[in-house]
Amino acid sequence: MAASPDAAAVQNIREVTEMVASRKLYSAGFITDIEADKVPPGLSEDVIRLISAKKEEPEWLLNFRLKAYRRWLTMTEPEWAHVSYEKVDYQSISYYSQPKSMKDGPKTLDEVDPKLLETYRKLGIPLREQEMLAGVQNVAVDVVFDSVSVGTTFKKKLLEAGVIFCPLSEAVKTHPELVKKYLGSVVPFADNFFAALNTAVFTEGSFVYIPKGTRCPMELSTYFRINERNTGQFERTLIIADEGSHVSYLEGCTAPQRDENQLHAAVVELVALDDAEIKYSTVQNWYPGDEDGRGGIYNFVTKRGDCRGPRSKISWTQVETGSAITWKYPSCILRGDDSVGEFYSVALTNHRQQADTGTKMIHIGKRTKSTIVSKGIAAGRGQQSYRGLVRMLESAEGARNHTQCDSLLIGDQCGAHTFPYTEVRNPSATLEHEATTSKISEDQMFYCRARGIGEEEAVSMIVNGFCKDVFKELPMEFAVEAQKLLAVSLEGAVG
Amino acid sequence: MLLEITNLHARVEEKEILKGLNLSIKPGEVHAIMGPNGAGKSTLSNVIAGREGYEVTDGSILFEGQDLLALDPEVRACAGIFLGFQYPVEIPGVSNMTLLKAAVNARRKHNGESEIAPNDFLTWVREQAKKVKIDPKMLSRGVNEGFSGGEKKRNEILQMLVLQPTLMILDETDSGLDIDALKIVSDGINALRGPARSTVLVTHYQRLLDYVQPDFVHVLARGRIVRSGGPELAKELEEKGYGWLEAA
Ligand SMILES: Nc1ncnc2c1ncn2[C@@H]1O[C@H](COP(=O)(O)OP(=O)(O)O)[C@@H](O)[C@H]1O
Ligand SMILES: [Mg+2]
Repeated sequence: MAASPDAAAVQNIREVTEMVASRKLYSAGFITDIEADKVPPGLSEDVIRLISAKKEEPEWLLNFRLKAYRRWLTMTEPEWAHVSYEKVDYQSISYYSQPKSMKDGPKTLDEVDPKLLETYRKLGIPLREQEMLAGVQNVAVDVVFDSVSVGTTFKKKLLEAGVIFCPLSEAVKTHPELVKKYLGSVVPFADNFFAALNTAVFTEGSFVYIPKGTRCPMELSTYFRINERNTGQFERTLIIADEGSHVSYLEGCTAPQRDENQLHAAVVELVALDDAEIKYSTVQNWYPGDEDGRGGIYNFVTKRGDCRGPRSKISWTQVETGSAITWKYPSCILRGDDSVGEFYSVALTNHRQQADTGTKMIHIGKRTKSTIVSKGIAAGRGQQSYRGLVRMLESAEGARNHTQCDSLLIGDQCGAHTFPYTEVRNPSATLEHEATTSKISEDQMFYCRARGIGEEEAVSMIVNGFCKDVFKELPMEFAVEAQKLLAVSLEGAVG
Repeated sequence: MLLEITNLHARVEEKEILKGLNLSIKPGEVHAIMGPNGAGKSTLSNVIAGREGYEVTDGSILFEGQDLLALDPEVRACAGIFLGFQYPVEIPGVSNMTLLKAAVNARRKHNGESEIAPNDFLTWVREQAKKVKIDPKMLSRGVNEGFSGGEKKRNEILQMLVLQPTLMILDETDSGLDIDALKIVSDGINALRGPARSTVLVTHYQRLLDYVQPDFVHVLARGRIVRSGGPELAKELEEKGYGWLEAA
């Protein structure tokens, strides 16, 4: 692990802590002032060819994109989610943007535009390797800014362990056989409207490969950030855990404050082979829009994990506090016998935010097991829906699911809804479902206040308590961050 | 005067409960308030602590000379008022430590002090927990979550010991306690007794007063203090009940 902390690291950690603590409203909402090289708005085969050419992609990948695009043209935007929003004009979005100084791509972090690094510093991302090595964190970070990765830390150390962690576009060049084999193997190109769109235009994202029997020596992490005006972000992440390997991955996101809505349509694919384990955690704080629902990110994401091998395990943990609209169902296909899928979620909607989120657990293998813990919090005029599917196929002998789905309402103008679907085709399968809806009681509030704790802090403390079962699944540092994020997101929810 | 209540009228849900109550407490004094069920003892405690829904229609409460009724409950607490609840509420998932730390730091912030160092806090809380025989393991459990009645009351005393308030109002903290727990709770209260601190004990039983000797005993009935005296009044009440006072 890390060397003893020196002054620079202490300073770094202190700054990060202060930044997080002082995040008022949406303090990540500053806009970095750098020139960008942006493809004009609009979507066509030409644009896709242009993106593909800019990334010097092989023919097969271009064809994969075009196939998805042609199918996407025939698809319609889904309307079954419990959210309402003004439809996106797909021709008004720019599908590719890269900071000008990045044109030739950075070789090392020292070549990165200092303004970019400053942006990440302000966000509290300790990017510099030496700072991180000396600090308390042991996390490798791949930072994505608009459509380009600006740098990945700890590359060498990871390489020594045989771990591949790099931008997806780089992996296409350096490990084409792996990318070709697995890309689109979990989320097919025409899986759904947004996944098809992503497949056509995806620009950046991370690639991870953990070799057989390897325990990834550190947490892997990506920070996504939308910066350029009128751009969408379409990142694509692919993680492969080979037999008997283990990896923990964390994704964090922020976007600057803009009036218009910005689209984020990501696809994440996870593959766990025999006895492998992937833990994927998300802390999502995209710009949620203002109090009256102006602006904010549309977060339409397809995340799916495939427990391909026996005894494999995929665990999703998400803390969703941002975005104007969230449409997201991280799922597990439990193919291997005795494989395990988990979904731990905290979703918070305040003001005019709307979230329709949950999971799908598809049990195929024998004795497969899934656990779902969902904590939805609605405040202000926020709307919160849990939508979950547990499907036990005929082959899923002795499969088990436990679902715990709790909603907490703050105030009386918000709403919480649950849509649990189950399909059981094997009589030996067992399902348990518990659901609760509660309010923060006046008794609890007064109890805290009578101990000197102010209203906002009391609400945030009670909400954090409500989310405890999910937070304890997060890596330590991020659990602390998630708690603070929740407190910030709840500002203005009382009184 | 630490606390001065003058002609207090308060209503709950349109119903007048306190009807011109007067009470003065000097620093260092222990006052016991007794009275029949439904007399308004908890109402008085809640009004002092500032609970919403308790509307003061007339009268005043001064705490260390300042108008208490103008302050939010959390400000009153930071100023040194502590209410030990008759029915402490459960807060699932929020550990006792988290609550205590937030309370301690809120108070420090109010006083313009910096946050307490984690180690100092831990040492301080553990020391206090020992006094009320609370297992350190209980400190990491959710606030009152699954606690027995006795544990909840001991936990209230723990919070009080940690916060070191100037005015302690204990609303039937002795109810439902066995004799050992009563002893522990009384020791906790006595540990804080001192020239600068005052205590209001709301109780039905002489029992508690055997352990925590009051300076004054008051009877609250019909929304007022109808009789005040020394410790001997409590004994008299134990023998005769409240009937003779209510009829008066
Ligand atoms: N929150 C409340 N809502 C309605 N009535 C209340 C409430 N609190 C107290 N009361 C009423 O006020 C009166 C006094 O109650 P309380 O102060 O609890 O008495 P005590 O503590 O002396 O037993 C009772 O008639 C009770 O029913
Ligand atoms: Mg009472």
